[in-house]
Formats: sequence, C-alpha cells, structure tokens
Amino acid sequence: MNRSRVIRFRNGLAVPLAELPLLDYAQFSESLLEEVAADARVASYFGRPLADGLEIFAILAHDWNGQLGLLRTRVNGSFPSLTPQCPQLHLFERELCEQYGVRPENHPWLKPVRFHRAWLDAVDIWGRPQGKHPVPGDMEFYRVEGEEVHEVAVGPVHAGVIEPGHFRFQCHGEEVLHLEISLGYQHRGIEQMLLGGPHPATVHILETVAGDTTIGHTTAYSQLLESLAGSEPPLRAQAIRALALELERLANHVGDIGALAGDVGFLPTASFCGRLRGDYLNLTAELCGSRFGRGLVRPGGVGFDLDGSLPLTFTERLKILERETRGAIDLCFDAPSVLARFEGTGQIQTDDAEALGLVGVAARGCGLVRDARLHHPFGTWEGGFDTPVIEFDGDVFARSNVRRREVNASLELVGQLLRRLPQGPTSTPLGPLAVDSLAVSLCEGWRGEVVHAALTDAAGRIDRYKIVDPSFHNWSGLSLAMRGQQISDFPLCNKSFNLSYCGFDL
Amino acid sequence: MLTIIRERLRQGHRTGKFPKRAPNLPERFRGLPQLAQNLAPQACADAVASCPFAALSSSDAKLSIDLGRCLFCADCPAAAEHGALTFSNDYRLAASRRQDLCLDDEVYRLADKLNARMLKIFGRSLKLRQVSAGGCNACEADLNVLGTLVFDLARFGIQFVASPRHADGIMVTGPVTENMKGALLDTYAAIPEPKLVIACGACAIAGGPFCNSPEAHQGVGDLLPVDLYIPGCPPHPYTALDGLLRLLGKIDQEPKIRKRTLHTP
Repeated sequence: MNRSRVIRFRNGLAVPLAELPLLDYAQFSESLLEEVAADARVASYFGRPLADGLEIFAILAHDWNGQLGLLRTRVNGSFPSLTPQCPQLHLFERELCEQYGVRPENHPWLKPVRFHRAWLDAVDIWGRPQGKHPVPGDMEFYRVEGEEVHEVAVGPVHAGVIEPGHFRFQCHGEEVLHLEISLGYQHRGIEQMLLGGPHPATVHILETVAGDTTIGHTTAYSQLLESLAGSEPPLRAQAIRALALELERLANHVGDIGALAGDVGFLPTASFCGRLRGDYLNLTAELCGSRFGRGLVRPGGVGFDLDGSLPLTFTERLKILERETRGAIDLCFDAPSVLARFEGTGQIQTDDAEALGLVGVAARGCGLVRDARLHHPFGTWEGGFDTPVIEFDGDVFARSNVRRREVNASLELVGQLLRRLPQGPTSTPLGPLAVDSLAVSLCEGWRGEVVHAALTDAAGRIDRYKIVDPSFHNWSGLSLAMRGQQISDFPLCNKSFNLSYCGFDL
Repeated sequence: MLTIIRERLRQGHRTGKFPKRAPNLPERFRGLPQLAQNLAPQACADAVASCPFAALSSSDAKLSIDLGRCLFCADCPAAAEHGALTFSNDYRLAASRRQDLCLDDEVYRLADKLNARMLKIFGRSLKLRQVSAGGCNACEADLNVLGTLVFDLARFGIQFVASPRHADGIMVTGPVTENMKGALLDTYAAIPEPKLVIACGACAIAGGPFCNSPEAHQGVGDLLPVDLYIPGCPPHPYTALDGLLRLLGKIDQEPKIRKRTLHTP
C-alpha cells in the first residue's frame, strides 16, 4: 500500500514533479509515519505556496539502503501536526507555520523559529502586528515554577567572538532543568533570495550560508544543479571537492578539539590546535586563495586545479601537520584531568538522538551510524567510503573522540585522494536545468549532513530552494544534553556540539 | 607533565614576526585589485554590469571599484570576461573613511592613525567587544584566529573582551540583520565614551552577499559612526591586524599612500 505512494530515488538524481503522486494529507501522514517506523529519518520537509493552499514535500532518508523516499501532499489553512508521533518534525512544522501562516493543529511547541516577516500575506498565527517586523525572542518561553527555581537568560550577544543566539535556562541551584534556545538573530532571508535563480549572486550567497561550511554547502548546491542539468562533473573535479571537504573537516575538528581543551582549562592542546587549525585553512587557501574555500566549488566542477607543485606541497605539509596534530590532540586525551571533565558530561541517549533526528558528529557520538559519505555517496565517495566513526556514550567525550578519530580518518583520506588524483579537466559546462522537477542533494559536511533541495518551475528556474544545515536538527540535541547538568558545564556541552547559528537561521 | 614539555618543544615557537616582516601569503590569495586603464567604453560598461554586488562603477569610461562591496570573488566576471581588473597579492586594505574604499586611480589610501587624543587613550591598550550581526561565522573565525599564538594579538595591547562595559570599541561583522539591530545598538550604547566602531568584512561595510536582502541592512555604516573599515569576504587575519595596527599608529605611516604599477591587459 505504502510502497506505491512513496517515490524512491537516490542522492544526486532529479525527479519530474509529474511523477510525484499528490497524496491527501491522511495518506501522506500515514505513509510518513510508516516510513519513519521503518528506519527512515526526515532529511528535509518544506512547503511551496500554490494559488490555493500549500504543497508540502517530505524527503525521507533510508540510510541503510542508500535510498531517499519522497512524499508530497497539499494542505489548506490547518492540518493535524505529526510532531507528537514524530518529534524530529517539530522544527520543520514550526517553519511552515512561520513562513506561510498555516497551522499544524496540536503541535506541542508551536513557537516562531527565526522571527522573520511571513512570506505570504497570511494571518500571523501568533497574532503579532501585521506589517511590522517580528521582535526576535518575543515568545512564551517554557518556565519551571518553584520557590528555588530561577531563570538564567544568556544572549543574543555572547561573551566570545561568536554568533548571536538566546539561551534561556531553568535552573534549580546549579542544576539545569531545561534549556530553551531561541535563534533567528542571523536570519538573512537566504532561501527567499534564491528564488527565480540561479542568479549570478546565488553561489556567493550559498558560500556564506555557514561560512565555516563553505565547501559543504557549495558542494551540495553544485550537486543539485548538476543533477537538474543532467550533467556530471569530471572525476578530477569530484576528487578536488572531496579533498577540500576533508580539509574543511580537518580544520574545524582540530579547532574544536582545541577549543574543548580550552574550555576545561587544558592550555597546551588549546594553543597548539588553534595554530594547527589555521595551517589546514592555509592549505585550502593554497588551493583557491581563500582560507574558507570561497570560489573553489562551482556547479559543473571546481574553479581551481590542484596542479603544478601543489600536490607535492600538500603532501609535504600534511606529513608535518599530521605528526603535530596527533601530538597536540593526544596530549589532552591522555590527561586524566581532561577526561574527568569530558566523560559523562552532556549525555544523550541513543533513542532520544534517533527520535530527534540528530545527524553528523552528534549522532555518531550517540552510536547512530549516520554519514552521508557512507549511505548516500556521491562523486568520489561512490568509490567507497567505509570508515564511519562511531562512539556510543553520547557525552562530551564521545563527541570529542568522534572528532579525534575523524581527524585521523580524514588525514588518511586526504593522503589517498592526493595519491590517486584522476587526470583530466576540472569543469564541464552546465546545460539548462530540468523544468518542473525536484532535486535533492546530500553532502556530509564537517558538522553533519547538509541537505539542499530545489523545485524548478516551467522555465527551469528555482521556484523553491530549501537548505537544511546539520545544526537545524542538532540544536535540539544540545537542549537535551543540558538536562540535569550543571549550568557551568554549558560552555563545554555547547562546544562539544559547536553548531552553526547562521546555518540554522539562514 | 614531561610529555607536555616534550610536545611543547616539538611544536616550537610559532609567533610570527609581523609587522616587522611581511606575511607569506598563498600565491592564489586575492588582495588589492588593480584596475585596467583605457578600457573601451563598452567593455567598461559590461564590466560594471557584470558584478552581482555592484562593486564596480564608471564615469567617462574610467573604472572605479568599491572595496567595501567587493567580495574578491575568484570567478569575478569583470576580471575573467572583461579584463577590467586583476587581484594582486597585497593584503593591506583597511581604510579610515568609507570613500577611501573606492579605488579609481593609482592611489589607495590606507587607514590613518587615530588623532593624538584618541591615541593617548587607546594607543597602548585597546579592548574590543565583537558583535556578530548576521555574519556567516567566517569573519568571526578569522578574528578569533588573531588570538592564536601565530598572531598573538595581545602583544600589541589589543584584546577582545566579554563585556561592552570593559570595551573601548565595537568590532562589527555581518550586514546587521533586522533581528540583530536592537542588540547591536544596545551593545554600542553600553560601551563608555569615547569609543570606536570597526566594520569588519564586506557584510559589515555594505551588506556583502546580502546587500539586497529585505531582512538585512546594508552594513553598520548607516547605524553607527565607523572609524575603521576592513574589506574582504572574509578579511584575511593579516588584513584585519594590519588595519588595527595602522589605527593605533603601530605600523609605519610611510606606505599609507602608495603608487602602484598599473596593469593594462
């Protein structure tokens, strides 16, 4: 029954909308819940406004057979929320509500997500004044009452050189009973700016969705356009993209381990890793002139070749860096004082992580095998990626150790890629995009799975572009990890996730 | 303990010699653009129209580039297709006035040092509060880098502090989203007088890639009086450091106005 309703395809393919059955909402929700019960997770879920009502698309990832399931329905005004049965949908439904003014009935936590103007002239379901920009953080926060319970509010401006967000802790003494995270301060209206594209500015906007994941986001975007255009980038370009993605992972993981060490006051690793992170960024800059990989990944291929003396430079520098990185990182993992702070702090149960739909480092730290390079391989990874790193404890240590082991794995992968760099061109021209189609693209960025989805109109222009940064799923994980913790452990827990504010806010 | 000392010896001393010695930047690094001269009027107009962020303009077929709007794109169509400019390796870009960022002839006026009174107050100790107002975290990341041992910002008496009450100025990144405007202005108000404002990155100067977004402002310039502009998307840490040191008069004023060799395609 269900099988006929779900369209199945793989990462990197485009589906004509005409092939997508339009289900009524009851069938849609039944199929979605069946799929989730059968080990699928919600990779993306978004709406597109129609003349009458709202079309909803659900993209479900079946990790173990590498398939993506696709469901489509149409709603008008209000519809029964699926969040009570499927918690990983909670933010997706809140988004629809904020963007299009529809109401998911009986949603247990119906609050704004990003505090932007509604995309349609619809009634604001929270009754905020029409025509005025919403006030960020203006919502009913969850409150715990009691004589000795107090509330701690932090942000949007934080103490460090970091992005803004608001955190509201309900505490009993030092113990955190609940943390509510209210974001949206970085909202730049990215998805709306992409409509009618691709424009000349589009790729530059996507490079800055989350600046530290430039390669991850531009790779997802390029794969998406390539699948819509039905073209494949040259093998050499795919390998350079994969190399850059691993360099991005290396830089960020090394930086994160340093910052985690800094947060528990272990300064040698903090200082060494701060410098080493920059050295990995500098390698990316050798390749494309930008430490963050700006200008490298482009639809159709890559903008820069790893030519001349560069492969040799990379190999030589990496040989030194590898030794120094291992030395710097192992210091802190060998220190009992560090381990005492990492172990058992900010724990999440595997079942909870699965229910919330966590991805990336956070999911792999809870024993969930989720890695798009393994499950939804594309480009170079189709050649075989078989080293997903799994830790089972779900605590700060597990998330740190996933990083440490991934640093080692990425160094190995970068070495392999350098040794087996295919010859040939680095770019192929992109044809026109398929009309009235849907394409989905997944890419395992350093934080986790980056999912881009696009719908094209009858002229082959982008009619809806949906970005899901791994942070979108994982902020809820941080909230959960803080339950029952000391509030003084918040910086450590936060850093162990190191989520993106702008990737969430878009 | 012994392992830590051994590792410390192995990692070595890493603090750079900047500003005494110029930094060693990657060959492909894109810095100060050099504009082509004597471009045909049509090519000039095409180049101006090709920039998605309106960084180029022209009058009487003479090109001008606004480094506040320029993202130093690797695939700059004005450079690649119309031969209107090339990017040099010069990382020194920070300027004191908005109009100084517009490069139209051979001189690019780098940042001036503060006036004598301000220099007396801030010259030996400058504490900054950083506010990310819609930044993509690349500017923030490369400002954080200034605190690492390679750059060691503190050796120049400059430091990022946690509270605006402890700060002498504010370093803004991001285009200033509608949602961050209030918090940014509150933070600025909390800093004691006299105070500095530094706009770091293309977003904070003119909106960057988000210059056409209805959810963002076009940088901090319309909201606060800016004392230092640091161009780039994101600025290289040395660009930011060079700007800060020029502001504090710690870099020789000599190269402030430089004649450059011009590139003609």
